[in-house]
Amino acid sequence: MTRELHPFPGGLQIPPHKELSNAKKSLITPLPDSIILPLQQHIGTPAVPLVKSGDKVLKGQLIARANGYVSVPLHASTSGKIIDIGNYTVPDPLGLKAPCIVIEPDGDDVWFEIKPTHDYTSIEPQALQDVIREAGIAGLGGAGFPAHVKLREGTESAVDTLIINAVECEPFISCDDRLIREKPGYVINGARMIRHAIQAKHCVIALEADMPEAYAALKELIDDDIELIQLPAKYPQGGERQLILALTGKEVPSGGLPIHMGIVMHNAATAAAAFRAVTRGEPLISRYITVSGEVNDPRNLQVLLGTPVKHCADQCGYEEKEGQVIILGGPMMGMFVNNMHMPVIKTTNCVLVTSTYNQSPEMPCIRCGQCVDVCPAELLPQQLYWHAHAKNYDRLRKYHLFDCIECGCCSYVCPSNIQLVQYYRKAKRQITQDERTRLSADHARERFMSRNQRLAREEQSHHNDLLAESDIDEKDKQAFIQAAVERTRTKRAQLSNHENANDDEK
Amino acid sequence: MTGILILLALTVVISVMLYNSRSATPEQEKLVDTVDALLPQTQCGKCGYPGCKPYAEAIVSNRADINQCPPGGRNTIRQLANLLGREIKDLNPAHGKAGPKMIAFIDEDICIGCVKCIQACPVDAIVGAPKQMHTVITQACTGCELCVAPCPVDCISMLVFVQGGRRVKLDPVMRTSP
Repeated sequence: MTRELHPFPGGLQIPPHKELSNAKKSLITPLPDSIILPLQQHIGTPAVPLVKSGDKVLKGQLIARANGYVSVPLHASTSGKIIDIGNYTVPDPLGLKAPCIVIEPDGDDVWFEIKPTHDYTSIEPQALQDVIREAGIAGLGGAGFPAHVKLREGTESAVDTLIINAVECEPFISCDDRLIREKPGYVINGARMIRHAIQAKHCVIALEADMPEAYAALKELIDDDIELIQLPAKYPQGGERQLILALTGKEVPSGGLPIHMGIVMHNAATAAAAFRAVTRGEPLISRYITVSGEVNDPRNLQVLLGTPVKHCADQCGYEEKEGQVIILGGPMMGMFVNNMHMPVIKTTNCVLVTSTYNQSPEMPCIRCGQCVDVCPAELLPQQLYWHAHAKNYDRLRKYHLFDCIECGCCSYVCPSNIQLVQYYRKAKRQITQDERTRLSADHARERFMSRNQRLAREEQSHHNDLLAESDIDEKDKQAFIQAAVERTRTKRAQLSNHENANDDEK
Repeated sequence: MTGILILLALTVVISVMLYNSRSATPEQEKLVDTVDALLPQTQCGKCGYPGCKPYAEAIVSNRADINQCPPGGRNTIRQLANLLGREIKDLNPAHGKAGPKMIAFIDEDICIGCVKCIQACPVDAIVGAPKQMHTVITQACTGCELCVAPCPVDCISMLVFVQGGRRVKLDPVMRTSP
């Protein structure tokens, strides 16, 4: 059966630069001096530490538990001593610090007790999700969405197609390519396992046409149960919505989710990590990353999570030079970072060192419309730019700002060098923050009003009590007051008599 | 006869005026709600009114200026000026200075359980009972600082509320003294 492919609108042909790193065998990175594990390496609520400074931990030991449903636990990447739990620089577009657990490796790399399950089909789909959750699996593609949430959604509604996304469309990045070439069994069996977990009817593994070796490696291992699809190399083919459109011809509606259309998508590396977690009992503690660009030996590395980015770059012959920038992720969607102190986390797929980035000043928009042609989400980047510039947030919503996937195609083609996508990101951040502020203000208003009502009620009932009292004892009260008045009068009379007597004595 | 008519007319006019001054028109009430929606709902009373809604009422009835809300800062003044068609002006320093959003924090080792802060909190964001330890519900705290002064043992400090990206965290390093 051949699947009809549907090209997505817009998109770009960009020089892939994958040849820099994809031919060399990946290197297992030696242990660094310290392992820094942020409590939040995924979308959702941060994990909660279960260890304290000074504790000894083993490789794969649970060190922070998941906090809530959309959250994943965290495991020690190697054996050693916890030396600190505090704020450290993490991969963050704003360069913020976040709470991290820091481990000083003891060098022995001793595993914690692990419980492998050799036959995953013996486990109920629901239980399989729990195993995957306990292993701390978050999407390794870049967004870091907890894998078990997608699986749970998959079991709650009928899933037609499971798509394993091995389309690595960003230039320079080749970590999924290398993973598939070196461990095709993990990817294939991971796909089968996830399929079992969500009971999907079809399973598709999609990759780009310029990954022939990976294709061959997978082809050798698959049976008829999995479709292997090669897609023409076009950026951003690996975007969730773009890939679904290409494979099924269906468009995910604005504000909708793939699951509403019976589709679940996982990254190839996530599938491999899930399989490893179940069949070998090893939680997610390492991943493949690409170190590329202007380093002496660009290649892929197998890195323990928490390893400082600098340590990884050093393995590839990184030398600091004037005018270079460091990008975490690809050149299109990655984030610029100021230093290399932050650790590799679950969502880090690439470290790119480059000095050829766009430094030309921004010129006025000339309304050429090239950004409209390349937008894969079929938005109007020009209009969005005007309104983002004017901070006209209502209009931005109307122009579907939140359907922007931030692929960066518009910035890439802009002849005026306008960094369009940065404006959209900023506006999105601002809108989300305003929304949050508004919600908490509404909450405060509600609490204030109900408190005032409660106080008024209490006041009223107090008043009523007083009235009731006065009704019952009206006569007694009068008598009581009268008595008190009498008492005071006699006392006063006595006092004045006394004083007079004293005066007389004098 | 004409004298009586004039008196009658006057009575009607005056009674209408009195009625109007007693309760706001529906339009005015709507405007009060719109103004109230722009205020930060901190309920701190720094504007000189007991809460954001009373301040909104004062603004609409021209009893208060639009630059009396320190937690709202310049942003709120700008929005109010746009709504009411007035000039943007600086925050009136008599009402305080604008600053980052703060959250109250009770040092539970020092707290004696006197419930004074609970009575002071305008949004019921402090839980506790007499002679029991009290604590602040971070999500409900508006940072109004009204609980700080009543505390007899000075165990409440205001922390800066750091909100950036998708992370919301408290940074105890930036603790300010009450």
